[in-house]
This record gives sequence, structure tokens and C-alpha cells, in this order.
Amino acid sequence: MPQPERENYLNKHYGVWSWLLTTDHKRIALLYLISITFFFFIGGFFALLIRLELLTPAGDLVQADTYNKLFTMHGMVMVFFFLIPSIPAVLGNFLVPMMIGAKDLAFPRINLLSWYLYIIGGVMMLHCMLTGGVDTGWTFYAPFSTNFTNTKIVEAGLAIFVAGFSSILTGLNFVVTIHRMRAPGMTWSRLPLFIWAHYATSIIQLLGTPVIAVTIVLVAAERALHLGIFDPKLGGDPLLFQHLFWFYSHPAVYIMILPSMGVVTEIIACFSRKRIFGYSFVAFSSIAIAVFGFLVWAHHMFVAGMSVYAALVFSLLSYAVAVPSAIKVFNWTATLYKGSIRYDAPMLYAFGFIGLFTIGGLTGLFLSALGINVHVTDTYFVVAHFHYIMVGGAVMGYLGGMHFWWPKISGKLYPEGWARLAALIVFIGFNLTFFPQFLLGYMGMPRRYYDYSHMPEFQILNVLSTAGATVLGVGYLLPMLYFLWSMRYGKPAPDNPWNAAGLEWKTPSPPPTFNFDEEPVVTWEAYNYEELDAPNKEEVPVAR
Amino acid sequence: MPDSSTATGLHTEAHNPALLHHFAEPQQQRDAASLGMWVFLATEVMFFGGLFCAYLVYRLKYFGDFGAASKTLNVTLGATNTAVLICSSLTVVLAVWAAQSARRTLLIGSLGITMILGLVFLGIKGVEYNDKFVEHHVPGASFSFEKVPTPGHPGQYADPHHAQLFFSLYFVMTGLHALHMIIGLGIFLWLLIMACKGRFTPEWHTPVEIGGLYWHFVDIIWIYLFPLLYLIDRHP
Repeated sequence: MPQPERENYLNKHYGVWSWLLTTDHKRIALLYLISITFFFFIGGFFALLIRLELLTPAGDLVQADTYNKLFTMHGMVMVFFFLIPSIPAVLGNFLVPMMIGAKDLAFPRINLLSWYLYIIGGVMMLHCMLTGGVDTGWTFYAPFSTNFTNTKIVEAGLAIFVAGFSSILTGLNFVVTIHRMRAPGMTWSRLPLFIWAHYATSIIQLLGTPVIAVTIVLVAAERALHLGIFDPKLGGDPLLFQHLFWFYSHPAVYIMILPSMGVVTEIIACFSRKRIFGYSFVAFSSIAIAVFGFLVWAHHMFVAGMSVYAALVFSLLSYAVAVPSAIKVFNWTATLYKGSIRYDAPMLYAFGFIGLFTIGGLTGLFLSALGINVHVTDTYFVVAHFHYIMVGGAVMGYLGGMHFWWPKISGKLYPEGWARLAALIVFIGFNLTFFPQFLLGYMGMPRRYYDYSHMPEFQILNVLSTAGATVLGVGYLLPMLYFLWSMRYGKPAPDNPWNAAGLEWKTPSPPPTFNFDEEPVVTWEAYNYEELDAPNKEEVPVAR
Repeated sequence: MPDSSTATGLHTEAHNPALLHHFAEPQQQRDAASLGMWVFLATEVMFFGGLFCAYLVYRLKYFGDFGAASKTLNVTLGATNTAVLICSSLTVVLAVWAAQSARRTLLIGSLGITMILGLVFLGIKGVEYNDKFVEHHVPGASFSFEKVPTPGHPGQYADPHHAQLFFSLYFVMTGLHALHMIIGLGIFLWLLIMACKGRFTPEWHTPVEIGGLYWHFVDIIWIYLFPLLYLIDRHP
């Protein structure tokens, strides 16, 4: 090092305990980053085995039971241990306090507790996987899960219960922080839309997660004592399980996608150098998605034996979610219009997000239409649809955000050329993996079957999908490798490498432990790119 | 320790020991703590909400059978427990007021009485659980509910399966409520120790306030559980 580094959150303290006992939201974000990356690759490994099995029509790689466990564990790990914590616990944790000009989250110790709960849940899930796993599908529908399967339902359930608490505590911290910790002048209408997205996400985490927690309690009690709560033989109602399950698990999709939308909003404003079009519409559409998201759960149950009247109402409400989602897409597009667009890696991911989310969203409308829904229920069409949202949407946003804020997080620049290449590989690999699945599903290939030898004509599309998954895997490995590389060999990042608006760019990279050297006072609107780019601009004051 | 509050250089005034480093002023810290507890209670409402929802579904579906099962609960003990909890809410309010107005003896006394009332509640609940155990009303292998007439339908007997559903929900709901009471007792024990050490002042008594909020919430859950489980369609 030519000159001594300035003190920042990374080099202020050294040693394992300074990390494991930290209450600094930025360090906890990094702890989360490491742990969710670990689970991402475990979940990815299961996905790889699933795709390899489907390469040939015959069930020749794994046994039927093993296949059931593979897709179950893939779903449970990816949903509860990667996607739900991904953006909120990593980028949200790192950025929410900085974006609003606070020194930390409102409850730093609870923040650390939430990471430990996540780790305890994760270890339980790992133990459950290593000692046999679960074969019910990640939805663990009753009465199969409660009365029939002899796999480790209770242990997996407890793991999710504990991880759910971690998610609740993160949401609680964000809500209180956003309400109570904003810097002077940081009014609600000046908040970055990333914050609005996280606020909406937190509401879902707070109000949805407890319901799945109590459902898990009931399933565990049912398995231990055969109470009959979900067992039709004893007068119980399996549909009640599905209602309780989806009351959380549908909004859970919005826990994954809303933060991603927040990330994309930041990126698009920065790389088209414009104030976001229709700020308040984008802000309130996040809240609207959170609210509507709670009213549509039964569209997962159209063929489960609900009344037609209920199905009709839920179908209509599911259409309603499209309105705030479309508001966002149109406003992003309008922001791009006549912007000075730059095609840096984060922007490539943001473009990928808009395209893939639109496809995922529109096929969601197919699925909320009762007639089509019956035709494609439990087929690969559904699998493709939700992967377009949860991988094409949420993961693209997550990667875009990681690239956008990596200079701030690590203080180093990542190699731009490699990053653009990786973004392209991810986009191609993703579409090659999942677009054939739309076709497969529409042709009638059911999900969760390991053997399709009675339908050998499905093979060509399955081969394409498996090939795509391999490409996608490379695309996901690349960023991990060059991020690690950049930590040692990357060029030092300036404080604001993108010349972006937002308080997090007005502090050094990496930031000092308490985020700001001087307490910020906000006197400007969010996304003031016109001001930032004005010729001979005055330095925008950080504090006064 | 990884973080120390001395390093910020942001506090120029004398440092208030109860003020955590990342808050600008005590009022902000108090507001954050109180909002945090309210938000937590919202999640608790949803947690019990799932159970209330399940209970209502089955109550409507098997109204008579649930009525028959509900009649076997001891309404006198239930009502006594309701009274006990309402009294404990009063002592919690007294504790908060005592902390605000620096009445330390009253604070310690109210916290202590609250804990005693909580223990009385759990004791009575234990007696009720024991009665159910003796009557073979605990769901499981030894459950038995034969030839119990359905209230309002002379000559009809309740379906034992459906009655078992009632008792399953009864035990899960009151059990989770009791668990919350036990956690509440833990919190109040800590408050009592802090109060005895004289830690609470009119300027800083946030733990008493938010601990009190929690206690009130647990009381309110019981205020809903009692009529739902004991009183609906209860003919004399």
C-alpha cells in the first residue's frame, strides 16, 4: 500500500470476534452475503442434479424418492435461505441506514440476532438435508406432510420457523429505522425508492411470516400427536393448510421481487442520468403491491376444490396486482426515454430485469385466468413462470445491485469487461433454461416427475433447458470469482464511481463505521441527476 | 468489543450513558423502542391470527360438536383467570406510572404483584390442564369423548373426532398463550431486578413501558380466547 488507508468499517477492527460480535449493519450485511452465497450454491447444486436427471426421458440418474427430495430441498433452500434474505439482508442491511443518513439500524443487536437465527435455521436445514431430507415439495402440503411421509418434516419446519424469525426481525428493524432514523431534511418524499421498496417488503415480512410460523407449529403438532387439524379422516380440512400456507407464501414472492424493483429503480435513474419518472407512483405502487399481495393467495388453489365464486374473486384480485407492477415497468421505461443511457454492468442487469420480469408478470396473468390455469396447473408452465419472477426478476436485481454497490461495499472496482460478459451469459443462460419450460408446460409436461419416457418428444426442449442451466451456472460463478479477485487486486474505488445521487455515495468507499464523517442534512430531492450533471455545478453540500 | 461509542466524535455534549451511540437524542431512542414493540405486536397478532382463523373455520363447520366440547371446560376457572389478568394489567399501568413519577417502592411492588398474578394465572391454567388430562380430553391415543350430548340437539351425540379438533385447538391456542405468559414473566423478572437496582428514572424507563405493552398484549389475547373457547353457545 503506497499510503496508509483511511479508517473504514472493514479495517477498523480485525479478528474473528470483531465480525461475529459486530453490531455494525455493514459488517452484518457481509456476514449475510457470505452465508446466503453458501446456500445459493447448495440450492444450485440440487437444481443441477434435477436438470441432469431430466436430460433423458428415462429416470436413470437418481431414484424417484431422491428426485422428490432434490426438488424439495432445492425449493426450500432457495426460497427460505437465499431469496427471502437476499436483497433485504445484504443490500438492504448495508444501504438502508446509509441512504436515509443514519448511523446504523435502530436495533443493531437485534440485527445481529437475526443473522444468528438465520445461521441456526440454516444449520438445522443442513442437518436435515444430510440426514435424509424432505420429499413433500417446498409447499409441504397436508395431509401428505402431516400423515404420510416419513421424512424429516418437523426438523425442516423448525429450520424454516427459526429462519422466519430472522426475516421478521430484519423487517422490524427496517420499519422502525425508516420511521425514526431519517436524517434532518430526509422527508418521505425525498427517500430513495429503494427505501420505499424495502418498507413495503418489511410490511409483508412482518405480517406474513408469523402465519407460516403458526402453520408450521400446527403441522408439527399434527405429526407428533395426530390431532386431525388437517386430516380429513378426523374432520380436518387440508384446504385450510393450503390457505394458511399460501397466505404467507404468495406474498413471499413479493418479499423477493419488491427489493429487486427498488434496486432496479436506483440503477435506471443513475445510468440514464434522469430523475425517476413519476416518483410517487413508483413509491406507492410498492405499497400497493404489498397490500394486493395479501389478497391473491388462493390463485394457487384453483384446482384444489375451492368454490367457483371464491376462485372468481381471487382471479380478479390477481389481475389487480398487475396494475402496480405495470406502473413500475412503464415508469422505468419512461425514465429511460431521452435519458443519457450508459451500458455498464448494473444497467445490463436492470435491462434484463425489466424484460424477464415482464415475461414473468404477463405469464402470471395467464395463470390468474381460471381457464388457462386449469390447463397448465402443476406443469412446467408454472415452473417457468415463477422462475422468471424469482430468478429472472429477483436474482437479476440482486446481481445488478451487487455490481452497482460493490465499489461502496468493498472499496474496490470490479472488472467491468468481465462483468458485462457475465451479465450477458446470465441473460442467455437464463432464457435458454426457462423459456423451453414454458413450451414444455403448455404441451403438458407435469412438474415434479423424474421420468417422462412415455413422452420422449419432450426431450429436445429438456436438453435445451439443461444446457441453459449449465450456461447459467457459469454466469453465476463468474461474478463470485471476480468479486473475490477484485477484493485483492481491484483498483481502489472512488467515493462515487457512478456519479450517482443518494447519500450512500456522499461518504467514502468503504464507509467509516458510523457511515458519515459529518451528519448529513438533506436539502435536495431524490435523483437530482439534472443538478448533478449541470455544467459548472456547485458542490452539493453534504452538511452545513 | 468491535464497536465503541466513543469513536464517533459526533456527540459533543456530555454523554448520557443510556443513550446508544447511533441515536441523536433520547427521545428518538425512546420512540424507536416503542415503535419496535408495536410492530412486533403486529406480527404477534398475525401469529395468533392464523390460529383464530383455523378455530373459526372449524367452529362454524362443527358448531354442535365444538359446543359440546366447549361445555366441558371449567368456566369458573376461566372467568377467574380473566379477572386475574385484568388485575395484572392494572398493576402494569401502575408500574409504568410509578417509573414515570420516580416512585421506586410502588414500581417494585407493582412489578412484583404483576408477576404473582401471572403465576396465579399459570397455576389455574395448570389445574385446568390437569382436569382435561384426567378426563381423557387431551388429544392423542387415550383421547375419549363418548356419548356426550350436543347442546341444543336432544338425542344427538358429539362426534369424538370433531371434539378432538376442539381440544387440539384449545391446547395449541392456550398453550401458546401460556408460553407468552412465561416469556412475559421472564421480562418482568428482569425489570424487577433492574428496578431494585434503581436503574429506572423518570428520564429513562423505556423497558418498563415496552415490557408493559407486551404484557397488555398477552392479556388481550386471553380476552379473546376466553369467550371464543369457553362462552360461545353455552347454555346453562
